[in-house]
Amino acid sequence: MRIIIPIKQVPETRSVKMDETTGTVIRQGVESIVNPLDLYAIETALRLKEQYGGETVAVTMGPPQAETALREALSMGVDQAVLVSDRAYAGSDTWATAYILAAAISKLGGFDLIVCGERATDGDTGQVGPELAAALNIPVASYVNRITNITGSWCVADRRLEDGEEQLQITLPAILTVVKEIGVPRLPTLDGKIRARRTAIPIYSQKELQLPENRIGLNGSPTRVVKIFRPAVARQCQLEFGGDDRQNEQAVAKLFAFLQGREVV
Amino acid sequence: MKHQDIWILAEQRHGHIMPISYELITRGLALAAGRDCRLNAMIFGHSLDTAAPEALIRCGVDRVVAVEAPELEHFTVEPYAAAMLQLIDEYRPEIILAGATSTGRTLMPYVAMSAHAGLTADCTVLEIEPGSGLLLQTRPAIGGNIMATIKCPECRPQMATVRPRSTRPAPDTPGRTGEIVRRRLTGGQLSSRIVRTGFIPDREELGLQDADKIVVVGRGIKKAENIRLARELAGALGAALGASREVIDRGWLSYPHQIGLSGKTVTPKLYIGVGVSGAIQHLAGMQTAETIVAINTDPEAQIFKVADFGIVGNLFDIVPQLTAMIKEGKQPW
Ligand SMILES: Cc1cc2nc3c(=O)[nH]c(=O)nc-3n(C[C@H](O)[C@H](O)[C@H](O)COP(=O)(O)OP(=O)(O)OC[C@H]3O[C@@H](n4cnc5c(N)ncnc54)[C@H](O)[C@@H]3O)c2cc1C
Ligand SMILES: Nc1ncnc2c1ncn2[C@@H]1O[C@H](COP(=O)(O)O)[C@@H](O)[C@H]1O
Repeated sequence: MRIIIPIKQVPETRSVKMDETTGTVIRQGVESIVNPLDLYAIETALRLKEQYGGETVAVTMGPPQAETALREALSMGVDQAVLVSDRAYAGSDTWATAYILAAAISKLGGFDLIVCGERATDGDTGQVGPELAAALNIPVASYVNRITNITGSWCVADRRLEDGEEQLQITLPAILTVVKEIGVPRLPTLDGKIRARRTAIPIYSQKELQLPENRIGLNGSPTRVVKIFRPAVARQCQLEFGGDDRQNEQAVAKLFAFLQGREVV
Repeated sequence: MKHQDIWILAEQRHGHIMPISYELITRGLALAAGRDCRLNAMIFGHSLDTAAPEALIRCGVDRVVAVEAPELEHFTVEPYAAAMLQLIDEYRPEIILAGATSTGRTLMPYVAMSAHAGLTADCTVLEIEPGSGLLLQTRPAIGGNIMATIKCPECRPQMATVRPRSTRPAPDTPGRTGEIVRRRLTGGQLSSRIVRTGFIPDREELGLQDADKIVVVGRGIKKAENIRLARELAGALGAALGASREVIDRGWLSYPHQIGLSGKTVTPKLYIGVGVSGAIQHLAGMQTAETIVAINTDPEAQIFKVADFGIVGNLFDIVPQLTAMIKEGKQPW
């Protein structure tokens, strides 16, 4: 079985700071990591390989330094990695990203399964997985939380919905986007790190993919970001202080009166 | 034919319209007023009775196109995408809105890719740009640290998903009339490489998104056993129980309880956060609550910035007292 894992390098969002005066994100000095939700996709692929045999390939589209993300995937046990990178791909929205990834994956040759993360923590759209499926004309099951079986050309999996779990039989090749419940990602091993350092990572650029200009980068992107601003959060908070028994009692009594005023108790 | 009209995807389960559909009508009506055009709804299903489209019309839709086939009874991506693409082809919508639900978040990107349309996920604000008439789509990004406004200058339709519970459902106007178009698509157009073989509903108390009141526990609760305190408060209030991601990640409550950017968005009348710090990703899921109350030992906690009432204090003292007072308050003297 051949499993492709599209992964994305993202800024460590917990450490993202805002420039209060300009309302923009300060990316400087912010560490880049593998999209945390893609680690679950990698884990899924590795487990399937352990169980059913085959090969795993990580793919990322991004700037040259996104290679670091691929090395991390390799050190976790992924067999191969490909970096899709070209200046012409910069500024791609999810449509153009999926279009380019689809071309790169087609060039990689056949595959049985593509496993994506649920979403990337920077863009937070969760669109690339289903878009990639449409671009490759294969089915997609999103929010997969359990894979029970893969037999020949079928995959049996559960999908998490708002109010329960759905069981699906999916014809391969297909794309799954997986959620955290699928299994705890393993850590890179020392052996893995050594192997990761030695593995050659081919780069697919426009020279290899030769994609039409009106489908890639900013030109190929249907959407445009017109404005970025800081979310406004402001309410007038009545703040009471607890402390000793008496203070606690008074604070609670005031809260109770407040709740009565709002007609919620 | 030029692109025109606002469309929503109305979701149904077992023939019942899902609440998100009425929220989309609220959004759609505002946009239709801005564009001076009609509001249409597409609904996919099998043997839908007339009650479903009629309900949509009473709430503000001008025309409902109901596409029916056995393959459309439950969501699977290929038949639903084929149906939506067919309608895009026939009616050429200018804008399509869907819920940011497990269905909408899967179907819309699949369709947008095929239609070469622009799609914006999880919008919180939708408006028409004066002059250009373009759809302005505002959404949180980078873990909720920023808001981005996005538009789609050329490609049509302009597509967006909207977070459930981020707006009020459109009210029912008895007697309101509109057009219902019933469409059948044949099996060949709707073939699917995914078969849905079963469904197991969640067993939990929950009903978070429908709850009027919600008590939410954060990491300040310290361990799973202590959640009992929050549960008792919720019981006294008639509230549902929610949690921050820290609580979910530690396995103290299951994922469906999670509120926030990567969990549920809720808009209850009352939100009470106990031991919740108010990280921006959490706020993204509850800021629209009517009344926000927070109990936290740290006077600097972010949650107080969005709260209407806060107690700086130890939840282990405050919560049981509050529970007791609410129970007493209910007694008739
Ligand atoms: C991409 C991304 C998505 C995310 N999505 C979500 C999401 O959907 N939902 C979500 O909630 N988080 C989400 N997070 C995580 C979020 O950033 C925070 O880590 C999380 O919300 C914090 O949870 P908390 O408030 O329970 O814990 P903490 O931040 O640890 O806060 C605990 C609070 O309890 C208080 N406390 C401690 N003891 C007591 C006591 N005895 N009495 C009263 N108060 C006490 C402390 O002062 C503190 O403020 C996301 C993060 C990322 C990067
Ligand atoms: N630039 C990229 N390169 C490779 N995979 C990506 C890229 N962007 C997104 N993905 C994949 O698509 C998923 C959803 O991303 P997104 O739609 O950006 O939230 C991610 O979890 C990855 O698996």
